[in-house]
Amino acid sequence: MEPFCRVTGPAAPLARDNVDTDVIIRIERLAELDRDALGSYAFEALRYRPDGSEDPDFILNQVAYRDAPILLAGENFGCGSSREGAVWALAGCGIRCVIAKSFGGIFANNCYQNGVLPIALSGSCVDALTMRALDRQGAAFTVDLDAKTIAPPGGEPITFSIDGLRRRALLAGLDDLGLTLQITDAIGSFQQRDRIARPWIWQRSLLPNAPGNKR
Amino acid sequence: MSARTLFDKVWDAHVVAHLEDGYDLLHVDLNLLHDLSGVNALDDIASRGLSVRNPELQLAVPDHAISTDPGRTAMSNPRSADRVPRLRAGAHAHGIRYIDINDPSQGIVHVIGPEFGMTLPGMLITCGDSHTSTHGALGALAFGIGSSEVSHVLATQTLLQKRPQQLRVTFEGRLAVGATPKDMILSLIGEIGASGGNGHAIEYAGSAIQDLSMEGRLTVCNMSIECGAKVGMIAPDQVTFDYLSGREFAPRGARWEEALAAWRGLPTDLEATFARDVVIDAAAIAPQVTWGTSPEHTIAIDGHVPDPNAAPSAAQRQAWSLALSYMGLSPGMPIAGTPIDRVFIGSCTNGRLSDFEAAAAIVYGRRVAQGVTAWAVPGSQAVKTEAESRGIADVLKSAGIEWREPGCSSCVAVNGEVVPPGQRAVSTTNRNFVGRQGPQARTHLASPEIAAASAITGVITDPRHLDD
Repeated sequence: MEPFCRVTGPAAPLARDNVDTDVIIRIERLAELDRDALGSYAFEALRYRPDGSEDPDFILNQVAYRDAPILLAGENFGCGSSREGAVWALAGCGIRCVIAKSFGGIFANNCYQNGVLPIALSGSCVDALTMRALDRQGAAFTVDLDAKTIAPPGGEPITFSIDGLRRRALLAGLDDLGLTLQITDAIGSFQQRDRIARPWIWQRSLLPNAPGNKR
Repeated sequence: MSARTLFDKVWDAHVVAHLEDGYDLLHVDLNLLHDLSGVNALDDIASRGLSVRNPELQLAVPDHAISTDPGRTAMSNPRSADRVPRLRAGAHAHGIRYIDINDPSQGIVHVIGPEFGMTLPGMLITCGDSHTSTHGALGALAFGIGSSEVSHVLATQTLLQKRPQQLRVTFEGRLAVGATPKDMILSLIGEIGASGGNGHAIEYAGSAIQDLSMEGRLTVCNMSIECGAKVGMIAPDQVTFDYLSGREFAPRGARWEEALAAWRGLPTDLEATFARDVVIDAAAIAPQVTWGTSPEHTIAIDGHVPDPNAAPSAAQRQAWSLALSYMGLSPGMPIAGTPIDRVFIGSCTNGRLSDFEAAAAIVYGRRVAQGVTAWAVPGSQAVKTEAESRGIADVLKSAGIEWREPGCSSCVAVNGEVVPPGQRAVSTTNRNFVGRQGPQARTHLASPEIAAASAITGVITDPRHLDD
């Protein structure tokens, strides 16, 4: 996983609430395409008109924001489906950081597995950053994870909070699996105890040829 | 020990290691793999050179991308024809039980888990699908995860999660005649909003929940994610135990007694408290139908499409306007009477026997309106077989509803079974998002009863007045 330290570039203001992962990436694309090919299909329903041409009103189609590495969103960004392809599609079109009023919980966890930083800020903070982004058409913001700051163009940096565990993992480029593989002994001892405590979980093997299975 | 909730008890029993900031490494008792995220995760661990730690705690079944055409094969949907062979090969390579596309056990993961007693109270269950909360109806702690998290479960049988806040939703009193479990959950989402449960695990409680059958409880817990909650649980009780007793993978004999004793200790302690409490008067719940593009856009079937100018905030005013324009509706119009093109009855929300039974009771002796295409897609082979042997399928077919093979079908529309652009559907599914059932498809979420009544009249219809 690519570490996340600091990102500098335009912040695209997508001022909408409840942007769901179906809108971020259509499910058919996930069944048909490799994850590396998803970037051009991000926000397909908003980005393209029914005839396939770009909708110039959509923020990521505007010259100032076309290569924005930061997205400014509203409440509940990434709600709905668990599809990790939503994060792959965003990353595929160059987005490394999403700043929103709140996030869908599964989406935020998926971000951490892919070196994408989700930052939740108060509504008024996000609104102020959105105003700033609109005023300064495409001027660069800097998000610094080490310092936990967002520096808007021509403004004082503001701080954001993030759990220490998530911050260190992003800085080191470790996903959850990378973290857990460092403490596997604890899993063995848990399972040993649990086989005695809850035999009904362990003695009904789902294995294809387990004894006693009718199917 | 201090008073604990159902959620606390199940979470605590699965902590392998306490980390920092409220993060725990949790043991997963059952992980379900399907033909989208399951395939990605199996590929991922192969590419990382990892093995599956506990294949006996996994189950793989195709449901999402497969065709539901009668006589289907794995190749029937050419655009995703490689998903089934890849899931099968990945499962076999790691020694994981795999249920094939036309096996008598096949079905939507969240339908077959409870159906075969694989889901049990007190278990921690994961799946790369946000509707995994469904299994919470049996008192399991179950939630959807992304495919990298599925890889994590495959490799370690654990998952790193932050302990959420807890929200208790109490449905007090009794449901009115004509109101269904679907109406209960839609009402809740309408009341607290699509982000109202963010960061929370929900426990559903109260007399109207206790009165529900297991299938009704599964419908309620299924849509927890539509108000932002990954987890929705109901305390196990006699309804749960009666439902599970004798099911294929449920414990038997002395093991059953032992498990039962443990399960009886799971309900929330009387003194336990929740970060938030929401109380809903069940008797006041009217049959619901959505008008917009978020499950929170729900109104009573005899209500009117809202006016964006009356929206409580500027953000909602914008969202409502966009939704109305996408849906082709005008403020103030009654939602009932809106002409429709399609009806879909099925999905992990409402694809169980009682759902088709309810639809059949409404369409019995009637015909689907001219110009309306109506589908019934059973949630599993077991549901299909049972509905056929009880004559339910025949009633639906006689009415002109297409009776199909089990799968997710038009709910997620990844298998090509889309609602065509611009067409309007009443669906018993869980999401009315822009493009969810196909590009430019217009979805109205509702109960099987409303879907069936609307199929008959060709307009959105209150089933209580079908004979008027």
